[in-house]
Order: sequence, then structure tokens, then C-alpha cells
Amino acid sequence: MLSRTAANLFWMTRYLERSETTARLMDMGFRNALLPNAGGGYRNEWAAILQSKGVLQSFTDKYGEIVQRNVESFLFFDMENPSSVASCIRSARENARIVRTALTSQVWDAINTSYQDLMAMQRLERSKLSIPDLTDWTVRTSSLIRGAIESTQLRIDGYSFMNLGYAVERADNTARLLDVKYYVLLPSVAYVGSGLDNYQWTTLLRALSAHRAYNWAYGGELSSVQIAHFLLLNPKFPRSLLSCYAEANEHLDQLARIYGRSTPAQESARALLGELAEARIEDVFDEGLHEFLTRMINENGGLAQAIHDQYLTGDAR
Amino acid sequence: MVTSFFNEMYAPDGLRTPYQMLEGWYQNMPAEFRALKQAEAEDLFRRYGITFAVYGEGGDPDRLIPFDMFPRVFTAHEWRRLERGIKQRARALNAFLSDVYDRGEIIRAGIIPADLVYRNDAYEIAVAGFRPPLGIFSHIVGIDLVRTGADQFYVLEDNCRTPSGVSYMLENREVMMRMFPHLFQENRVAPVDGYARLLKRTLASVAPAKCDRDPCVVLLTPGHFNSAYYEHSFLADLMGIELVEGQDLFVEGDFCWMRTTEGPRKVDVIYRRIDDAFLDPLCFRPDSSLGVPGLMNVYRSGGVTICSAPGAGVADDKAIYTYVPEMVRFYLGETPILDNVPTWQCAKSDDLKYVLENIGELVVKEVHGSGGYGMLVGPASDRATIDTFAAKVAANPSNYIAQPTLALSTCPTFVEEGIAPRHVDLRPYCLVGRDVELVPGALTRVALNEGSLVVNSSQGGGVKDTWVIAEE
Repeated sequence: MLSRTAANLFWMTRYLERSETTARLMDMGFRNALLPNAGGGYRNEWAAILQSKGVLQSFTDKYGEIVQRNVESFLFFDMENPSSVASCIRSARENARIVRTALTSQVWDAINTSYQDLMAMQRLERSKLSIPDLTDWTVRTSSLIRGAIESTQLRIDGYSFMNLGYAVERADNTARLLDVKYYVLLPSVAYVGSGLDNYQWTTLLRALSAHRAYNWAYGGELSSVQIAHFLLLNPKFPRSLLSCYAEANEHLDQLARIYGRSTPAQESARALLGELAEARIEDVFDEGLHEFLTRMINENGGLAQAIHDQYLTGDAR
Repeated sequence: MVTSFFNEMYAPDGLRTPYQMLEGWYQNMPAEFRALKQAEAEDLFRRYGITFAVYGEGGDPDRLIPFDMFPRVFTAHEWRRLERGIKQRARALNAFLSDVYDRGEIIRAGIIPADLVYRNDAYEIAVAGFRPPLGIFSHIVGIDLVRTGADQFYVLEDNCRTPSGVSYMLENREVMMRMFPHLFQENRVAPVDGYARLLKRTLASVAPAKCDRDPCVVLLTPGHFNSAYYEHSFLADLMGIELVEGQDLFVEGDFCWMRTTEGPRKVDVIYRRIDDAFLDPLCFRPDSSLGVPGLMNVYRSGGVTICSAPGAGVADDKAIYTYVPEMVRFYLGETPILDNVPTWQCAKSDDLKYVLENIGELVVKEVHGSGGYGMLVGPASDRATIDTFAAKVAANPSNYIAQPTLALSTCPTFVEEGIAPRHVDLRPYCLVGRDVELVPGALTRVALNEGSLVVNSSQGGGVKDTWVIAEE
């Protein structure tokens, strides 16, 4: 397969996953802002969300004061914001269009239709679109596309590159969302264990569609240690870091089988999976959750780089 | 001024044979049904993604070329003659190319002036003296034809570089077969879907002598912002070959390689859909990022075949065009089957005199112009425009040629009120490799505006499915 084609497939799914995360973050900000007195008011909440996406500066440059309506436009519709839902879906569709022939018509249809829907939504009055509606739409669209991929794509190398894109992006996003909650969102250490703290944890779980799953798995009591365990080390939760690397490993192994050789990309993924499979949540907190997450985000970047160097440039011999 | 046009369906003495089975079809078609089918066709084109992208003009960048459901029909007898003529012309053009990059016999024989060839912008010094595999330069020859009578066809121009539009020929048929299957059950319409296989075979047949295995053929596109990108990806997909951009290829040692997920893979034949100037920044335009640095060296040392060969454009130049019938006689020793449109070359003083005296009835074109620019359509212009243009011609005669205004044939076309005659042209795609091949079909372009002779899609042109009725 052409390296550029593989790169387009890999990035197509990364952008799709990213659009979903932006929408989930938006929902998280929206729910947090419903709390009447969240230490500094809603502005702080939205600032934290923007900060976690690395777009706080570009937002204030463009809109000035942080007003929910503007944040909503910026995070969902703004094509100048590269991580807005609209930008991500446009980029995903552009990548898909380039490799149109590597996709089944169902997958192309699903991606193309979501883009056309988005264009139609952009023409609607903003007041007719609430944040929960926008989030629901994004999550639904994302599931539709993923479903089309799962049920129609041939299980060849291209399929593995799509799934690698999903896995790598999702690992990054889970780590970031957790970090936002743990490190950015709470006004000060004094709030740990407070009502606000618990509310934010619930919101985080909701944003990851994991609210009820968590209750089933851990018996309903909220604790930061258990939530961290759930999001990082629980192999049953499909967004946990461990699940993401299990997925990445599966598809890298698949590529190694198809191409008849193993490469540094497999080693990198195997090392990550190995660490997480062995890790106890106490070790994570000993290291410091924020420090651990920062390290994971970097190592995830390293994995993406290894995949890039090995498969997406065509330079590796 | 031309007043009567050859109508391909209705002759003065009645309905012409090839269209007999279509009369009942359209007459019995209720208006609502027709509208429904038209909408269905558009939906199919959108779904297949058959659009041409227009960037930078605002609006939806993915546009549809209007599709007219009324097919254009040729009998096997009519087609046989066209086919012979087209193949003959394609062979002559290739013989010419292989000659002018070699000994230039046709110039030594005094048939074509040396300046016209060697000082032509499209003549590539970089490949002079190089003989591509099988001596073929132009592997896909698109010949634009118009019809003016039952047996009279004229060649408007030849396209020896990278003629586009063949995807419409294929998809128009797909859509028609899907919408009106009974028309195909009742009529013996010759299939065109073998085109991709023939194209692949043609490309593989010109692999370099150095290639000692099943040749690796790729299609080189300028990228997804190109207006014909859909066609590029469509053809690559049908042929089962990789669609590459310049950045996907690189040169190392004596060969050209493509970047794959399994490392470099050697490429043997490049079907390029980019212009000569962009192929290799080391040889042509240094600012081109679309091409592959060093490609021409590999090409000239026989490491890779480029289709069409760089330099093929010299054969489809407007000034060279007038000599194509001479080429047929000179290289093939045959009588040309297809006629050129009579052309006056203003560079010749007798011709110039005639052109200036009759300019109001002629079409005058710039030698190097294209896309309908820098051109005068005498009968459609007012006095002032004509006078201004005449002055330009008189000032620089060698830059102009003139042709009579042709009475383009018409074909029934669906319009608001039912059907009406609209002017059409024809572009068949002739493949030249080890064999010369032509599928029984072509792209018919139709001027949808009443009275218009311009079939370009940018100016209200549409397309039709083109049928050749197979013999019993």
C-alpha cells in the first residue's frame, strides 16, 4: 500500500476521534457551567476546557472575553480553530476523499453525509442548536462512521491503519481529559474531595460515556483513585489507556503478519502495553497522576512517530 | 451564415435507422417519469462522486456536469469507418512523433517546415534522439470530431498528451444501464467497459526493456485539488493500480521508486496526468513540486516509461494539425479517412488575404490558444469586434489560423418542453501500445443552450451516453 494512502487513512480516523473528543469536552464544559458557583464561575470552567485543547490563546485573540456562545461557536463551528468539530470533520473528509478508492462506499457515504449535514447545520440559526444537541450529533456521527468501517472494510493493511489512528488518538484524548479534570479544573487542592470535586468527576465520566459503566464496575462510590484506575488500567473499558494500547498492539501485530516483519513500531506499542498491564494504580499515584499522564502523552506521541517513520513515509527499508 | 444542420435522428426523408428504437421510448415517457429519472441520474452521479472540482470560484467545489439522458447512436457501419479513421490518425501521429525526435524525415522531405516543429514550444529538446519503448509517444490519443452530414466527419483537433473525460464515457453508460435496463435488453449496444482493461494492457505493453517481471504501472496525478482528480482516482481504481503524487515517487540509482508501507517499490510505467513542464524540476520547471526530481534521467536511460512520452504535445499543436493528412500519406502510404477542417494559415499571404476578406464568416483562432480564448467567431460577432480582430490578425498574421464556421450536427436532447435538437461533438479515446485499440464508444458533448455551438462544460455544455449498435 502507498505510504501516503496509509497516512490518509491513519489521519482520517485520528480526526474523526478528535472531533468526538472536542464534542465531549464541550459537553463537559457545558455541564460544569451549570454549577452555580464553581470557584471563579463559569469563565474559569471554559478557560480550563480551552486550555486543555491548547487553544485558549487563539480563542481570546479572536473573541476576547469568554462567553459560552462564543466558546460553542469556536469549539464546534469555527474552521479557523484546527481542533473544532467542523475542522476535524472537514479534515477527515478531505483525507477520505483523497483515498476514496480505499474506502467502501458505505464508509465514504457516512463521512460525506456527516460533512454535508454539518454544512447544513452551519446555515441554521445558532439559537436553535444547543450544546447537548451538537454533542449528540457528533457522537452519533462518529459511531455511524465507525460502524460502517467495522462492518464493511476489508481486513487488510488499510483497515489496520484506520484502527491505529483511532487507538492512538483515543489514548491521547483519554489521558488529556483525565489530566484536565485532575490538574486544570479544580481551583485549588483545598477542593479535593469536596462536592465540586465529585461533580466534576461525574461530569468527566459522563463526557466519556462511562458514567453508568463506572457505577457497574466500581459499585457507585466515586473516588479519584478508582476513576483513574477505570480510565487508565481497566481492560474492560474501551476508552481506557490499556484498551487503546491493546487495540494498537493488535493492529500492529496484524501489519507485522501481513508484511512479514516486525519493526520498532511494534516494540514501542508492546512496551506501552506491557507497562500498563503490569501497573497498579498505586504506582501511578506514587509517580504523581499529572506526571504519569504527561509521560503517557509523550510516549503516545513517540508511538505515533514510530508508526509514521516505519509505514507512512516509505523511507524505512 | 449557416442555416441548416444535419440532424442525427430526423433526416428530411424520415427517422434515421440508428435512432428507430428510441422514438417509442421517449414518446411514451410521461413527463413525471422523466423528471424522476433525471433526478435519479443526478443522485447516482453524486453518489459515485462523479464531479469535477472547481476551486477558487466560491460555491460548491464539487460540481456535476449536466447529463442528458437521450443517447447518441451510431450504427456499426458508421462506427467502422470512424474507427478506421481514428486508428489511422493515431498511428500517423505516433509515426510523426517518433520521426521528429529522430531523423526528421518528414522535414527533410519538405512536407512540414522545420521551424514549425523545432521551434515549437511543445517540442522537447530534452528527449530529442531518445526512442521510447516500441517507438510510441502518445498512448492515449483523444480525437475531437464533429459531424456535418450523414457521411461527413471533420477532425477539430487531436489530443496527444493527456486527454481527459473518458470517465464520463464509462459512467454515463453505467448510469444509463442502471436507469433504463430494458433499452439495453432490446438493443444490441456494444459495451465499453473493457476500456480500463485495454488501457492497463496498453500501458503494460510499453514497459521498459529493463523490466523483467510483471510491470508495476502507476497513475501520476497532480493531486486532489485538480479538477480531474475524480477521473484519475476512478481510472486507477478500475485498473487496480496505485494513484500516486510526485511526493510518493523518488529516484534512486537507475530506477524510479514509490514509497509504500513496506518500503520502496520499483515503478516501471507511469501514466502521468500532469504536464511535461511539471514532470521533473531538474529538467523542466525548477519550481514544480508536482513532479519527481531526476525522473527524466531515469526515463532517458530506459528505467521507466512515461505515458504519454514527454514531448508528445508537438503533434497536437494547432499549426501542426493542418499537416496530419500529409502525415497519413507520408508515413502510412494511405489515403486519410477522416478530413481536417479546411484551415487557412494566416502566415501564408494568399490565405491571409482570403481570411481578411471573409473574416465575418470564419472562426479565427490563435495558434497556441486553447479553451476558447483569443478566438473570433465571425458570424456571432458584431462589426466592431470583427474589425478590431482583423487588425490584430493583420498585425501578426503568423499567430492566427482561420476555419469555416462548421454546421455541427444536432442530436435530440431533453429540454423543458420535451426534446429538441442540440449541437454535439464526439471524443473517442484511441489506445496505442503493442496494439492499436478503440472501444466502441466515445464521449459526446452537447451544447445545452439553444443554438449554441459551444460544448465546453464551462459554457453550458453537457454529456450524453454514446452508443454503437452491434451487428446482428
